[in-house]
Amino acid sequence: MDQIIQFLEENPMVLYMLVMAIYLGFELISKVPTVLHTPLMSGANAISGVVIIGAILLVRQSASDDYLNLFLGFLGIVLGMINVVGGHAVTNRMLEMFKKK
Amino acid sequence: MQAIVNLSYLVSVILLITGLRRLSHPSTAQNGNIVAALGMGLAIVASLVTPISVGDDNYFIITLALIAGAFIGWTMSKRVAMTAMPELVSLFNGLGGACAVAISIIELYQYQELFSRKFNLFQQVEVSKHLTTQLAMFIGAVAFTGSIIAYGKLAGKIKDWKIPSAGIVNIALVVAIVGLIIFRVLSPDASFFLPMLILVLSLVYGVTFVQPIGGADMPVVISLLNALTGVAAALAGIVYDNQMMLIGGILVGSSGTILTIVMCQAMNRSLFNVIVGGFGASAASGQDAGEQVVKEATSNDVAIMLRYSDNVMVVPGYGMAVAQAQKTIKELDNLLSEHGVNVHYAIHPVAGRMPGHMNVLLAEADVPYPKLLDLEDANDALPETDVTLVVGANDVVNPAALDDPSSPIYGMPILEILKGKNVIVLKRGMSAGYSGIENPLFFHEKTRMLFGDAKQSIQSLIDEVKTLG
Repeated sequence: MDQIIQFLEENPMVLYMLVMAIYLGFELISKVPTVLHTPLMSGANAISGVVIIGAILLVRQSASDDYLNLFLGFLGIVLGMINVVGGHAVTNRMLEMFKKK
Repeated sequence: MQAIVNLSYLVSVILLITGLRRLSHPSTAQNGNIVAALGMGLAIVASLVTPISVGDDNYFIITLALIAGAFIGWTMSKRVAMTAMPELVSLFNGLGGACAVAISIIELYQYQELFSRKFNLFQQVEVSKHLTTQLAMFIGAVAFTGSIIAYGKLAGKIKDWKIPSAGIVNIALVVAIVGLIIFRVLSPDASFFLPMLILVLSLVYGVTFVQPIGGADMPVVISLLNALTGVAAALAGIVYDNQMMLIGGILVGSSGTILTIVMCQAMNRSLFNVIVGGFGASAASGQDAGEQVVKEATSNDVAIMLRYSDNVMVVPGYGMAVAQAQKTIKELDNLLSEHGVNVHYAIHPVAGRMPGHMNVLLAEADVPYPKLLDLEDANDALPETDVTLVVGANDVVNPAALDDPSSPIYGMPILEILKGKNVIVLKRGMSAGYSGIENPLFFHEKTRMLFGDAKQSIQSLIDEVKTLG
């Protein structure tokens, strides 16, 4: 508990960012028409692939003979990239249908 | 260099937020998706060039992984049939969760090496960082296996079977996982057994969490799991001190939570009820179908009814998606419109396997937007409707939700199609809906059944209407 309090004392901005981002997320979504629920969920899903950045940084910070890191990191980047690219591409496909009128 | 990288992350965050905002308006949605994708691309480039103090960069491996992932993701999204999109989104979400798990394992393993050097006090891992990493692994793992189960259920690869006393098992699992995590971060030792045990329990929990939930509630579950992946990404962002991951993850976490709640409201159920209740688990209330008689119609009867109606309402459901009948329906719509029949579509918020699923499919078939009525407008229009054509919808038109307090879906707002004059139900056979609940609509005096594949049935309706001239 002490360490958590210490963490918050040392990083107040993290807390601010957390609260602001949560609030922003609520605000962005609360007035969405039902038609867009599926594309929006899909788009948000693609964005949750930001975790790929962690995987990239991890592999870059690994020694080139640290095979466990490289293997898991490689896997992480591939999976994250499928999430990001596939997610945005499939969202685009859904939205294309609304466009042609 | 670091300044440029930081600025790039900032621009990426702005692009993400702008993208999400544009995604929530019909006219700007597609552009919004592209803006968000640009933000993501910029962030990835920034993470590739940011200066690092340790490590060998390993650019070759990274490039290989990026190309492989992009290729697989792109191909999958191009090849999938529009009907299978909901499960694909779920699958992608699971992979994002797995990515969070992979990096958490590496991170925990690195702490492990520090824990084994007992006398090196300078290199101890902060408890808060350790805790955050453990939580990222836990939540990522639940999102991973949970999404895979949801994918399997939607794709029809996993059947709804009940885990004995699932409620107790799940509560016990959560308590065990949280307990182990707290114990672990407060007294880490040199063994890597405990983190692995936490991982295995988390993966199991993802399965036991989603498995008992009925297939009809999968949209809510996918949205919730999507929010969880976001939270896992945000936690990983705290560990890496990366604002882009933190903000992107939290945005998904909070918007996903709101979306989940909106969907639950559309079904008039609480999130708790969805998670604990388990649709179909209590299907005992259904009446015995064997004793009741359904009235069958021929396509000729139905064609005559349609042709000489003033107002026709189409109620699409998952059956339309499975049969890929949307374009055929549009054809029937065109034909009837030529004869002066008003055709509208009643879209229940949870028809299909995802909210908006039907809108997407009908838009694909070029059905004009004003013809689609939402729940309220449709219920207002139904008393004036001569023929309601139910195409593969079931639970969203089940009158038991209105008048049978023992039904598991009692209280859910439905399309009250019995207010209309005639109901024609297009259905493959007499099986119950996805929730496994019997539907008294089929036995109602106003209802006629037209059995067969939805697309073929509608095609034969088109042929019959044409012969009527």
